[in-house]
Amino acid sequence: MAAGFKTVEPLEYYRRFLKKNCRADGRELGEFTTTTVNIGSVSTADGSALVKLGNTAVICGIKAEFAAPPPDAPDKGYVVPNVDLPPLCSSRFRSGPPGEEAQVASQFIADVIENSQIILKEDLCISPGKLAWVLYCDLICLDYDGNILDACTFALLAALKNVQLPEVTINEETALAEANLKKKRYLNIRTHPVATSFAVFDDTLLIVDPTGEEEHLATGTLTVVMDEEGKLCCLHKPGGSGLTGAKLQDCLSRAVTRHKEVKKLMDEVIKSMKAK
Amino acid sequence: MQSEAKIHTEHGTDSSPQGPGCSLRHFACEQNLLSRPDGSASFLQGDTSVLAGVYGPAEVKVSKEIFNKATLEVILRPKIGLPGVAEKSRERLIRNTCEAVVLGALHPRTSITIVLQVISDAGSLMACCLNATCMALVDAGVPMQALFCGVTCALDSDGTLVLDPTAKQEKEARAVLTFALDSVDQKLLMSTTKGLYSNAELQQCLAAAQAASQHVFRFYRESLQRRYSKN
Repeated sequence: MAAGFKTVEPLEYYRRFLKKNCRADGRELGEFTTTTVNIGSVSTADGSALVKLGNTAVICGIKAEFAAPPPDAPDKGYVVPNVDLPPLCSSRFRSGPPGEEAQVASQFIADVIENSQIILKEDLCISPGKLAWVLYCDLICLDYDGNILDACTFALLAALKNVQLPEVTINEETALAEANLKKKRYLNIRTHPVATSFAVFDDTLLIVDPTGEEEHLATGTLTVVMDEEGKLCCLHKPGGSGLTGAKLQDCLSRAVTRHKEVKKLMDEVIKSMKAK
Repeated sequence: MQSEAKIHTEHGTDSSPQGPGCSLRHFACEQNLLSRPDGSASFLQGDTSVLAGVYGPAEVKVSKEIFNKATLEVILRPKIGLPGVAEKSRERLIRNTCEAVVLGALHPRTSITIVLQVISDAGSLMACCLNATCMALVDAGVPMQALFCGVTCALDSDGTLVLDPTAKQEKEARAVLTFALDSVDQKLLMSTTKGLYSNAELQQCLAAAQAASQHVFRFYRESLQRRYSKN
């Protein structure tokens, strides 16, 4: 009977739960779903990570290639992110050129990389003006159940921590670059940006980590990206119902606690990997 | 705080809010300048200029129709080049902001299309786009529950706040924050930020933006009063 009510009046169904300060899947308003992360699973990529936030699953693969540095910044490399939402992950996406959702997510990830200065582009330069690394970061969603931005940010961060770049020397005689695959170094990750998403219901209630259905019924969403010093890299609120200053403060304090949880989880995984 | 408003053309107004503590550039607005769209507006902020046209409520494709409200669509054309991923992201921001204020429930199964053309970009482009959109929606007579305005703040390396920055100030700034605020109680409708900043700085920028939005709303009111009053 509840399933019938949910189909006919989804908003009313969710409201009944919210009135009792809990959600349809049994979580509290401020509780995140179980986060699982698996680093280094794709052996053909230079760095990879698979992140599952509840049902949402995103896999990030990073490939490093050579390129000529941009003419206006000869000592910088490139980081090129791309978020792909294939028809596999949800029935709302069709095959063909990237839809609006994928483009917005790609732009969001590009902004996070740019704003948080997660890696210095100067670190990717091999020989100024001649050769630099370009990191192609491909994020593919395997299962879409809301909160795609949090999952993508976490997957990107975990994959970047897993990337190992070989040492490159430029041969004086042939002027060709030689990569020494035996000597590899990890990237210098300067900050750890973590995204926390919220959904606004009926202009008043804020819930953390919305599922796909909750996102669809919400009147607005908000994503906060914070690094470890409490500095904000991104406050992404794409329209939706208005928020007062006090509610914004609540969101920011929740983002701080989330950052600690995610950082702890990632450190554990990396430690267990290095121990092998 | 004196705010000078001169009548530019039959349908346009100017404003230079130069009172103490306010550092917005000179802005001007002209409405109903295009004949084909149901509503149009050109908004000027310093040297940044955006032209907006609104078509609607009009016929909607069956695949895009929503049974209980209007379907909003935003198209943003940059000054040079083809629209790319960044434009798509901005279109989503403007569309969601409009969806929050436009009373779509009064026009179900229709479409409201907003087309924006960037004429010149000299800083604070997103804010100018939002202001032009609001004025164009008003000109088209689309029912809204509140007006909205865009305000940009830039934080430079020593933490000084600059409202409505020029292109040069934006480039040199450590962080650039753009907010869309509503006219009823200055709640935050939309926010998009670039760069790193602390929570305290965010609150400071938000407060400054809310104060500045009062000027913009006063300008909207005067502009519309002049347009509709009988001389």
